[in-house]
Amino acid sequence: MLACLLLVMTMPLLIGIGLFLKSTLLLDNNSIINLLFSKTWKPLNQNFGFYPFIISSIWVTLTAIIIAAPICLLTAIYLTQYSKKYFLKIMHPVIDILAGIPSVVYGVCGVLIIVPFVSTIAPIFGKQSSGYTILSGGIVLSIMITPFILNILIEIFRNIPDELKEASLSLGATKWETIKFVLIKKASPGIISSIGLGISRAFGETMAVLMVVGNVTKIPKNALDPGYPLPALIANNYGEMLSIPMYDSALMFGALILFVVVLFFNIISRLTITKLEIY
Amino acid sequence: MKATETEIKINNLNVFHGNHHTLKNINIEIPKQKITVILGSSGCGKTTLLKCLNRLTDLYSNIKVNGEIIINGEDILHSKEDITNIRRKMGLLSQMPYPLPMNIYNNIAYGLKISGRKKKKYLNKRVEYYLKQINLWEEVKDRLKDPASSLSLGQQQRLCLARGLTVDPNIILADEPTSALDPVSSNAIEELFLNLKQHYTTVLVTHTLRQAKRIADYVVFMYLGEIIEQGPADEFFNNPKMEKTKSYLRGTSN
Repeated sequence: MLACLLLVMTMPLLIGIGLFLKSTLLLDNNSIINLLFSKTWKPLNQNFGFYPFIISSIWVTLTAIIIAAPICLLTAIYLTQYSKKYFLKIMHPVIDILAGIPSVVYGVCGVLIIVPFVSTIAPIFGKQSSGYTILSGGIVLSIMITPFILNILIEIFRNIPDELKEASLSLGATKWETIKFVLIKKASPGIISSIGLGISRAFGETMAVLMVVGNVTKIPKNALDPGYPLPALIANNYGEMLSIPMYDSALMFGALILFVVVLFFNIISRLTITKLEIY
Repeated sequence: MKATETEIKINNLNVFHGNHHTLKNINIEIPKQKITVILGSSGCGKTTLLKCLNRLTDLYSNIKVNGEIIINGEDILHSKEDITNIRRKMGLLSQMPYPLPMNIYNNIAYGLKISGRKKKKYLNKRVEYYLKQINLWEEVKDRLKDPASSLSLGQQQRLCLARGLTVDPNIILADEPTSALDPVSSNAIEELFLNLKQHYTTVLVTHTLRQAKRIADYVVFMYLGEIIEQGPADEFFNNPKMEKTKSYLRGTSN
């Protein structure tokens, strides 16, 4: 049992070390600054600029968070402060189902619904678009990360003591003032943390995004451009060109970037929720 | 002792938690600018009674309240007046201090701000005034921007008391406000109540007999949701009429 525990505990470390070792070949031949900020991606010419992929990933993730965070926050507030108790009981399985739907199913729904939708609304913003865009990826992702963010937020708001609410109400504050000035403030470490976890999930999500985001190696200028996020890059190319060792190593470096970013946001989120109890 | 006016008149108050009859036929006349102590063992409905007074019972859908609570000639349980105005007339102090998630300054300024007074100069003056009233000013004047949770429990409880005073209430409702505090802090709170009673009508819930003896002017003794006996403190402690009261005062109640 102890061995199993140790195995589980060392797993992230092993993966991290493995990725690092695999990417040393690339790192030995290129400066890390160059890799992260160079715009040219021509593996056959030994040009490995990750910049377009990193920017795509950031765009998709931010779009998803900007859509999902306010929706989740308002939903959590409604469920815990306004709705009847049984409603929350109904919501829990719904959230679990949302979380359990396989990624590829979200991808299919995205292709069938979101992509045509984005394609139709694009002209409103003066653009022609196939619909395979950053925005589509962001919308699909926002639905996928909703259950994770929502679950944490509901827990946070439920754990705020009634007495704090009563204190504010007894000062003559209305319910909305109490929510706005007291509850949200009290919940703010939790809100930050839930968004951090949302980011780390969104950043690494592969399948569903890959299916709707266009996969064009170009730096996206707005949400209606196609993009090519890091996970999609790895999933699409790994296994194909392993004959070129440097390419193999480059994809591993891509995975390492993902690993570090996701780890970073995970740790930050956990720290905020435990350490950042400022008030 | 001069004849006292009545601040709060409770008529035939009945409260149900679901099917459980928590308060049974409560009738009390709470005297103005005195300390009324509601005394009784845990679970006898003291806290519920207090929450009825500012209708925090509204928050819980499973609680039903019948009867009348008359303040200033108006039945607040059936009043058309905005509930926030009713609550503003009463400061509330709960068992544990629950400072708002803000700094010390804003904990005091909050009540003023939400009632529409936002001028910085005015707020500064009022914050100082209220902190002085609860003898906290000297202790915190150099760190008003610190989070309120950085204060000790006793300081937090005094801060909460001051916070309640900012909305100019006539009444202070206190629910076992010293039960979580050390003796020194408890004394500080009790003294504050004694100082404040010339301006405010205080309703204090406690299960500590000694505390009741120290500060009560009027005592209501409750047992399992019913009032067993009530009367002026002297009479209640020196000449109790009911058998249950006598045994409680002797400390043999069960």
